[in-house]
Amino acid sequence: MPNLAGRIWKPSIILVAIVFSIPILTIASSIFEPSGENWQHLKQTVLPEYLTNSGLLVLGVTVGTLLLGVSTAWLTAMCRFPGKSLFVWLLLLPLAMPAYIIAYTYTGMFDFAGPVQSLIREWTGLRYGQYYFPEIRSLGGAITMLSLVLYPYVYLLARAAFLEQSVGVLEVSRTLGCGPWCSFYRVALPLARPAIVAGLSLALMETLADYGTVAYFGLGVFTTGIFRTWFGMGDSIAAAKMASLLLFFVFALIVIERVSRKRAQYHHTSTKYSRLPEYQLRGYRAWLAFLVCLVPVLFGFLLPAGQLSVWAVETYQDMVDASFITLTLHTVLLGLSAALLSVILALFLAYGRRMLPTKAVISSIRVASVGYAIPGTVIAVGIIIPFAWLDVQINQVVENIFGITPGLLLSGTLFALMFAYMVRFLAVSLQTVESGLGKIKHSMDDAARSLGYRPRQALLKVHIPIMQGSVLTALLIVFVDVMKELPATLILRPFDFNTLAVRAFELASDERLADSSTAALMIVLVGLLPVIYLSKTIAQSRAGTQNETAL
Amino acid sequence: MNLLQVDQIDVSYGKARIVQEVSFALGEGKIGCLLGPSGCGKTTVLRAIAGFERVGQGSIEIAGRRVSDKKTCMPPEQRKIGMVFQDFALFPNMSVADNIRFGIRAWKQQEQDARIHELLAMIGMPALGQAYPHQLSGGQQQRVALARAMAPKPTILLLDEPFSSLDVELREQLAREVRNILKQENITAILVTHDQQEAFAMADDICVMHEGRIQQHDTAYNLYHKPINHFVADFIGEGVIVPGMVVGGNTVNTELGNIHGLVPVGCKPGCHVDVLVRPDDIVHDDEATETATVVERAFRGSDFLYTLRMPSGAEVLSLVPSHHDHEINEKIGIHLKFDHLVIFKKQEAAQAED
Repeated sequence: MPNLAGRIWKPSIILVAIVFSIPILTIASSIFEPSGENWQHLKQTVLPEYLTNSGLLVLGVTVGTLLLGVSTAWLTAMCRFPGKSLFVWLLLLPLAMPAYIIAYTYTGMFDFAGPVQSLIREWTGLRYGQYYFPEIRSLGGAITMLSLVLYPYVYLLARAAFLEQSVGVLEVSRTLGCGPWCSFYRVALPLARPAIVAGLSLALMETLADYGTVAYFGLGVFTTGIFRTWFGMGDSIAAAKMASLLLFFVFALIVIERVSRKRAQYHHTSTKYSRLPEYQLRGYRAWLAFLVCLVPVLFGFLLPAGQLSVWAVETYQDMVDASFITLTLHTVLLGLSAALLSVILALFLAYGRRMLPTKAVISSIRVASVGYAIPGTVIAVGIIIPFAWLDVQINQVVENIFGITPGLLLSGTLFALMFAYMVRFLAVSLQTVESGLGKIKHSMDDAARSLGYRPRQALLKVHIPIMQGSVLTALLIVFVDVMKELPATLILRPFDFNTLAVRAFELASDERLADSSTAALMIVLVGLLPVIYLSKTIAQSRAGTQNETAL
Repeated sequence: MNLLQVDQIDVSYGKARIVQEVSFALGEGKIGCLLGPSGCGKTTVLRAIAGFERVGQGSIEIAGRRVSDKKTCMPPEQRKIGMVFQDFALFPNMSVADNIRFGIRAWKQQEQDARIHELLAMIGMPALGQAYPHQLSGGQQQRVALARAMAPKPTILLLDEPFSSLDVELREQLAREVRNILKQENITAILVTHDQQEAFAMADDICVMHEGRIQQHDTAYNLYHKPINHFVADFIGEGVIVPGMVVGGNTVNTELGNIHGLVPVGCKPGCHVDVLVRPDDIVHDDEATETATVVERAFRGSDFLYTLRMPSGAEVLSLVPSHHDHEINEKIGIHLKFDHLVIFKKQEAAQAED
């Protein structure tokens, strides 16, 4: 085994890291390309606007997700009020709602011709322009949409951090004369800060990566700018340069996230967890807590999902036809194959790290899994540039030898799209697989050997039963992520190849909001699966803690 | 014939020689122990016997069959060994019964069930076959790990720090329980531990290891009373080293007066030596004329361990029944009971010889 591992496994892992960093290196190296006329032009005209808008978007989503995420996390972790145990998992539901879907659902509901404004006009008799109604297709609208679906990242990590705080620390603060509010501000919040920052940086990575919402609202930010430069001007170098600017901000977020996660570990003040003393809320306080938790669930999931369902019921008979079924089949096949490939790769890397935890292997795996933070738009541009170049070379060689041109073998086929999914979602499957593998201690392998099992039998009888849960979870999560993915699919899909996400986005962009609802609702429903799984694991881990206390 | 024969083995990780020239043998039904501080190579020896590590030199034979030498290394699954791991390594996804069943899957169903039944009864957990490891206490997990290792009736049982993750109060009791089970089943076993109380409670004979080598292979009694070098004297039990000089055939002159004992070979009068004085060599007697000053006292329940300063300034330890409650700085009467003292050559000289 050590021979095989040393000779094949290790170089393969390093090779994966090199191949997976091609898109990022392509984008990063574009800084050194001579800047053409277009770039100079962009720099003087639209770039300042993109910077400002992206900055305001990030700022707004920071405020929005912190408000929604931290307040709900504190209430569901530390207080007792009617409906609390339901809210613990209801608050996760918006995770299933892609931002672009919620964006055009709300547009349909709130714009001039929508039901809400029509109702206002009917009741008041006022006409257009005679009353104030906020414009949903605006920067403020985008901030609201993104905050409504991204706050669960902050909620999840902040809640976990609140729950992990030792009871002792909070009780000490109470005995020193600090009330619930004072304990929150002076003890709990500072202790949970690293976890909150980590959750926030994940939310902000998604914000910077978002294309669907901002494109639908017609906002000029980095991702839409890259699209405009690529498709509107046909200038790949200028697009790559713009992508490299975006990459710079993303890397800042990666650094913040990693540092925060490390600090969050130091902030574990105690290893002894016992049941947290909850504040019993009564009267108006209880209702207020109820309301604070209801708002994000209602606006982040229930309302838009309800609207989508209404539209879907109205339109599905026209929408569900042979082409829709093909579309669904394509999406499922694409998602399944990407999930399978990604999990196989994750298993390969995870076992490599288990057997050969050398520096080269560990840092290679880290490099290969950095894609989770990189916007799909950036990955797509970073893939299509080198692949198109390779295609040209291949075509030249083949034409010289055989006299035929094979066409765009890499950049124009599913190959490029699949590669983009691998780069973007490897970290997701790797993390899930490794959490499963972590449960199998090395001594369990040894125990199986000492009980008469050959290495291969041990793998079969010990590893597979323990690993199958996390492997299935990894498959599910990657499948759903691929299904929801929009910008990379838009750029890299082969001609005439569509997914549900792309179709929903196209229909919505053509102002056929109701028609897009069937596809959108399917995405949301499938997206609910991992959310349900997540809420189950949260419930279980909490129950486990209580069990340990009982013993 | 010895069931286990370890002959001059070396084990290296890369360039580091972890185990050097280790030899020992174990008779059938005996319980041996590798005792030493962490990093002394004891676990590596055990893993070499199990087949998880290759030996660079020497050989290992189990029941007359050569399982390891410089060229060959029989895989662990063919050695008919049983092993209990420090972290127990129970399979979390299997019930207690299925964990025990894991190693006897090739048996007939009825025989499997009978063996599981028998083992569960033996470890005192007859009703817990369907429980899962996470529902058990540490001591119960430990016993399941033992039952699982014993299920296939291995030729030899290897126990790697099996009690170290348990509470201190549990360790000795469980060690005695495990010894009874092993003796009842006439199982040959090797225990690896850093805890001498555990070793004394369980093993028939003990190899004290240090820096990859066996320092002394002996009974617990002899390790305490007849340590062959400074390391063993220091590692086993308590005591102080008092310097002295050989003055005659079997007499050494020290600060504590003239002491009689077996002088090491090659030590002529005038030779500098070290004398090991154990706490039980200094006997407290309120009537005695000779006195010493209490410097420190540690209450241990049934007795006190006093640190005493002799009139000469030398400090020694004394174990005294705890109803003799003396304050610090008090002068108390003592007898020196130097019947069978251990005398070493001076440490520097001993090292120079190495």
